[in-house]
Amino acid sequence: MNELDWPREIYDALKRSGVRVVGYVPDGGHKRLIELCLADPDLRCVVLSTEEEGIGLAAGAWLGGLRCALLMQSSGVGNCINVLGMVRECRFPLLMLVTMRGEQGEFNPWQVPMGEATRTVLESMSVEVHRIDEARAAAPSVASAAERAYEIGSAQAVLIAQQVIGIKSFQEQSAR
Amino acid sequence: MSMLLHRREVVKALLAERRDALVVAGLGSTAWDCTAAGDSPLTFPLWGAMGAAAMVGLGLAIAQPARRVLVVTGDGEMLMGLGSLATIGVQAPRNLAIAVIDNERYGETGMQATHTAHGVDLAAVALGCGFASASVAREQKQLEAARAKLLATDGPVLVQFKVVAEKLPLVLPPHDGVVLRDRFRRALLGAR
Repeated sequence: MNELDWPREIYDALKRSGVRVVGYVPDGGHKRLIELCLADPDLRCVVLSTEEEGIGLAAGAWLGGLRCALLMQSSGVGNCINVLGMVRECRFPLLMLVTMRGEQGEFNPWQVPMGEATRTVLESMSVEVHRIDEARAAAPSVASAAERAYEIGSAQAVLIAQQVIGIKSFQEQSAR
Repeated sequence: MSMLLHRREVVKALLAERRDALVVAGLGSTAWDCTAAGDSPLTFPLWGAMGAAAMVGLGLAIAQPARRVLVVTGDGEMLMGLGSLATIGVQAPRNLAIAVIDNERYGETGMQATHTAHGVDLAAVALGCGFASASVAREQKQLEAARAKLLATDGPVLVQFKVVAEKLPLVLPPHDGVVLRDRFRRALLGAR
């Protein structure tokens, strides 16, 4: 078990980065982080019907002067591909926090193809990819990606390894 | 004069009364319509990201709650982002309005029929998603009331304008995304 409360550390990093809008599709790996965001009256949380909506949301928020972060699972990255073209052409800041599926410990084989393709897909659309393989790396990685996104104006994704999340079965996921 | 609605006239009428509204134009014909009505730094036209116009509008509406945000998009573009109507309905932004310019065609690819040509009712979908108001406008005499709804009543609001399917001269906005982004933010937020 992870001793470190990494979702809390990511939440704190997002707050320090000045994030005001959070778009998400409900996800087991992000469950605690989403709950922390929902409990914060200063964050506008937007539940999405598909992850690609989040790219438009983040672009619109930035046009209006607010910083937006997106929380999704690796499967959702595939839903974002075409609209990431807008992010590149307009050089919109983008911060995606992606919980990985299809890796070590995966119980659903249908998660494997997109999990394996996640980094390639993001990089092929010019999103810079970082990876968290242990809980203590979460906060510094997110803080660094946020700075690169909002201060430089670039697209950043932080992948959170499945072993950090540690869900091993459907039963375990639904019991959380 | 015909009773039927023509897209350029509808968009021109909407934007003539925009005052300080922020406008997002969906890709293709609606972006050309908005440009034909008069380009503005506070109009953000999309050249791609089909299906994203309404969500760009939602992000903007959340960031700028004191400003009216008007999304002008086509039926094909709106159909590709149908789920965003549900997302917007849940967020219920009072300052967001969507004008769907519905010619029942994919205008940029050869005027093929969209689902709305076969009876799909976008206003009914919006109502089902919890929009405060959603309606269809078909004739000139409905234009003024529709404009008032889009620009002044509590949102989220959607008006679906049934317009004549016609090919019109292209009137293109700037296409450099960084220019479009920067001019919008400068006009809205000042130098940063």
